[in-house]
Amino acid sequence: MRAVLTVVGKDKTGIIAKISGFLAERKVNILDISQTILEEYFAMIMLVDITNATVSLAALADECAEMGKTIGMSIHVQHEEIFNAMHSV
Amino acid sequence: MFNANEVLETINMVEREHLDIRTVTMGISLLPCISGSAEKTAQKVYDTVCKKAENIVNVTRDLSREYGIPIVNKRVSVTPASIICAPFADKSYLIGKALDDAAQAVGIDFLGGYSALVHKGMADYERKFILSIPEVLASTQRLCSSVNVGSSKSGINMDAVKLMGEIIKQTSEKTADNGGFGCAKLVVFCNAVEDNPFMAGAFHGIGESDTVINVGVSGPGVVQHAIESIPNADLTELAEMIKRTAFKITRAGQLIAREAAKRLGAEFGIVDLSLAPTPARGDSVAAILEEMGLDSVGTHGTTACLAILNDAVKKGGVMASSRVGGLSGAFIPVSEDIGMIEAAERGDLNIDKLEAMTAVCSVGLDMIAVPGDTDASTISAIIADEAAIGMVNNKTTAVRVIPACGKQVGDEVNFGGLLGRAPVMPLHRGSAEKFISRGGLIPAPIHSNKN
Repeated sequence: MRAVLTVVGKDKTGIIAKISGFLAERKVNILDISQTILEEYFAMIMLVDITNATVSLAALADECAEMGKTIGMSIHVQHEEIFNAMHSV
Repeated sequence: MFNANEVLETINMVEREHLDIRTVTMGISLLPCISGSAEKTAQKVYDTVCKKAENIVNVTRDLSREYGIPIVNKRVSVTPASIICAPFADKSYLIGKALDDAAQAVGIDFLGGYSALVHKGMADYERKFILSIPEVLASTQRLCSSVNVGSSKSGINMDAVKLMGEIIKQTSEKTADNGGFGCAKLVVFCNAVEDNPFMAGAFHGIGESDTVINVGVSGPGVVQHAIESIPNADLTELAEMIKRTAFKITRAGQLIAREAAKRLGAEFGIVDLSLAPTPARGDSVAAILEEMGLDSVGTHGTTACLAILNDAVKKGGVMASSRVGGLSGAFIPVSEDIGMIEAAERGDLNIDKLEAMTAVCSVGLDMIAVPGDTDASTISAIIADEAAIGMVNNKTTAVRVIPACGKQVGDEVNFGGLLGRAPVMPLHRGSAEKFISRGGLIPAPIHSNKN
């Protein structure tokens, strides 16, 4: 199963390092990353595979949101289907 | 890989524009519960609802976390209880109590279906059932009731309309300590639909299968924001923008509905395309109409704006879902929409304009507080007017008014939460008592003869 992880917040060093480490600990595989800086805001979108993850998608979403708060970023993890459904016919 | 703008747009809709799934409603047939006695039937009703809906709260919570979209309400609708109670109508209250207890046991806030369908005629057991409504609504917390008094095919049962005026008055009086809250759980319909997921009017029609999942989407804030982004667009462009937005909202609902049905072992029923507001700022249908270019909802032009909105939402939604149903239109409940509340307080929105608005949208005169000393016959006349609009225009209309005991125009009723607050609205002074007391059936319109 694949999910989309979104990170939005004020840009600073070490965001990707922190998040990729966090995901590796939970055996979440990163498939693709795209990142932009919109004005001073950092926006990163990751496509991840959670087939072999040690936690459920729902738990991963909660844990990432919590972790995001500790580094001052807003992190969402959502099933990829929600984006397919809303943005493609 | 996903387009970054699209991903961020979805997240924005949830975070800033109140996009949510308004309700996941499980429709449950109670027909297999009918047994030899009221007591036995009540036990079976309780067991059936508890068994079928036992996971609805957990499943919706997981879906909400996995897909990142809030699911606001989890609800259950059941077969119109008057059918289940027919052999022992004097004890209908036992079924009402069982349903209320079951709703509490599975952890949902409302359960709909303490209902009767009397649009053509009212059997003795149905009259007895309807007479039980005020006491049952006063003595339960979560149970919702509805009565269908007319249809485009059969006409309007004015005996039932007369009775419902009295029932609403009694319900208000029995729940006077609570601001007449019982009336917020009671809807009178014309052309009621069998797969409506929204309370208080939800019931599980007898044409439905055993267990289904119906989903109601929401998102007035998303539509309002989309219109804001094109301030100088003409109305054709504006309608297009609403369509595109409605498509996205509905697709989210369709996805959740299918997944919820799968996990709950039910059939996927329908997605209801209604735009349902809440009292939160930024979640208002009135604000959409004002964004279109009105100073205040209720002023001249309101009906036209609402017609554009309602039609565009349907067109976008129909494309997005394989099965559309329920009420599918913009809701205009006064107490549940901050823009409507404020317009009513300013005197910009009155009951006559609301009635006109119901001719072009779903669903009717909804959550309107009227003076506590309003006659039952006046309430019946309000129901008759609404039912006539529904009958002639082949659409669902409804009345959910709250006679506010001891209150007058200028006062307010406050229910809190999603039900909001309602300023008491003035009504016309002339009596319709003679008209209402005639009784009988208003014949179906000529265009109902389509065969």
